Amino acid sequence: MSTDGSIDTVPGSRRTGPGPAPAARPPLRPVRRRGQRRRGRSRRANTLALLFCAVMAFPVYWMLLTALRPASEIRRNPPRLWPSGLTLENFRRAMESETFWSSVRASALVGVGTVLVSLVIGVLAAYAVARYSFLGRRVFVLAILSIQMIPLAGLIIPLYLLLSDAGLTDSLTGVVLTYLVFMLPFTVWLLRGFVVAVPAELEEAAMVDGCTRAGAFRRVLLPLLAPGLVATSVYSLVQAWNEYVLAYVLLSSDEKQTISIWLVSFQTTFGTDYGALMAGATLTALPVVVFFLFVQRRVASGLAAGAVKG
Amino acid sequence: MATADPPHPPASPRAPLRPSPGRSRRTAVRPSTARSWRTLRRRAVPYVLIAPTVLALAAVLGYPLVELVLLSFQDMTRRELFAGTEPPWVGLDQYRTVLSDRFFWVVVGRTALFTLVCTVATMVTAMLVALLLRQVSPWVRLVTGAVLVAVWAMPVMVAAAVFRWLVDPEFGVANWLLGLVPGLSFDRHNWFEDPWQGFAVIAAVVIWGSLPFATITLQAALTQVPPELEEAARVDGAEGPKVFRHIVFPVIRPAFVMVTSLTAIWTFGVFNQIWLMRSGTPEKEYYLLGVHSFIESFAVNRYSTGAAIAVITVLLLLAGAVVYVRQLVRMGEAE
Repeated sequence: MSTDGSIDTVPGSRRTGPGPAPAARPPLRPVRRRGQRRRGRSRRANTLALLFCAVMAFPVYWMLLTALRPASEIRRNPPRLWPSGLTLENFRRAMESETFWSSVRASALVGVGTVLVSLVIGVLAAYAVARYSFLGRRVFVLAILSIQMIPLAGLIIPLYLLLSDAGLTDSLTGVVLTYLVFMLPFTVWLLRGFVVAVPAELEEAAMVDGCTRAGAFRRVLLPLLAPGLVATSVYSLVQAWNEYVLAYVLLSSDEKQTISIWLVSFQTTFGTDYGALMAGATLTALPVVVFFLFVQRRVASGLAAGAVKG
Repeated sequence: MATADPPHPPASPRAPLRPSPGRSRRTAVRPSTARSWRTLRRRAVPYVLIAPTVLALAAVLGYPLVELVLLSFQDMTRRELFAGTEPPWVGLDQYRTVLSDRFFWVVVGRTALFTLVCTVATMVTAMLVALLLRQVSPWVRLVTGAVLVAVWAMPVMVAAAVFRWLVDPEFGVANWLLGLVPGLSFDRHNWFEDPWQGFAVIAAVVIWGSLPFATITLQAALTQVPPELEEAARVDGAEGPKVFRHIVFPVIRPAFVMVTSLTAIWTFGVFNQIWLMRSGTPEKEYYLLGVHSFIESFAVNRYSTGAAIAVITVLLLLAGAVVYVRQLVRMGEAE
């Protein structure tokens, strides 16, 4: 197998390969019968997996199909499972709704704000946890992880009261602050996995060559960490884009509503206009899906590294 | 190399770091105060690094948590909220009210059952799919990955809207599909009339939404299982389930426990799916703890009762999450 260093420098790269070895590797020993059995099993596995995919993907497919269908096709009984006439009319209606662009703007602002702050703060903490042993480190890690257990819905009231004391209700800053706290623990934990995956020897070498600890961090670790940073930031961006309750409670004026609120209010105003609603849903989900497709593998391996390499 | 890692991982990244630079400096003889000042400074570094995180968490999370507990011992209503006056202290009254309410216990039971069903369904399916994905052709793995990620990235409110559309009484495709089964008639069937069926739909959204995270993480964890070990076990005559139990599972157990706990915790605190699928006005039959607490606080304006329910929810979660916490402690010890 390859050396530790080359695997771990780019977290996740190894996992992008065709996965676990036994199936992929040429069977060395017992010759033909084994290969045949494996092929048979593989076909069965393929069918099962595709079936699973079909079930999982169906709601998404149905959303897209409804969004692209003319109204007459949507209100059809019995429904048709495949498209006949496609139109962008639903998208037009959705995007013409009053608050669409302002909510896109609000969501983008909140997302970027949350990501920037949580990344800067989080990477420092992740570095401390991954590279130093210090008194209280365990407590810190435990605290970070157990914050996940606090149900958000339970904290809405005191959070609301806190922000209203600080004059931050109905302000995007207030929303960023609250999101920050719910993203930060996860950010730290994810980044910790990525830092652990970079061998400390590299920084050491830089320090032997005369770098300070901070210099080694900036010049050696940070560039190697870049993929992890991207993955983490997209992950929290997505979380911020998706969040609904806090935004619903904290923001009251129309022009500050985030995209999630836009979508939901849409649902009640237009009630049965499922075409436009599904188009709105597609518009809301699309950027998230696209971003996420790029980074999910790293997120997952960062999580797995965090858990397995405890 | 990678295979030798798991037993004692933390030693390798950290241990070599300190001695080398430190020692060379110490030879340059200095008054001891300067040295101790330097050690002190070096000791302080990690604390400085975690300080912003700790501060942010303490301010925006710690303070409200304390406030929440305090609030649950008071009696805050709309009047105190708007006048800004200190609400009266009522001791354990709120807890007494909540705990003696039969309906509350119904909600607790319902939440527990819902969490159990969703978590078990999610984890069993995710584990099976993750294992299955090791045997499929690369292109199938790619397709499955893409589908899972697309689902993972679906915002909750999108998912809720889509599922509501799927079970729409008049034009929903679910009714039509079920109607194709001979002997069944689902024409204009309203799924939310009967809470059991309604919860089946809500559970479907929750499970559908949590499967990708679970599957992808378990799949990533499975790649850490050394293939040599598995192969060796196979050569020694061990078959599928045995290999899984003795070789594969021990390696992925930390990840498995973490995913299970997180899934359970998220499901226990479920709010969005119910709120959105009942368009902001869930009937009493659809209350789970999160919704119950929220409605008490915001719709009924009994902030303190809502706070008491939230505190009890956290306590119940803590009790239920013993496994998770123990896993965390073990991880903490490993570090």
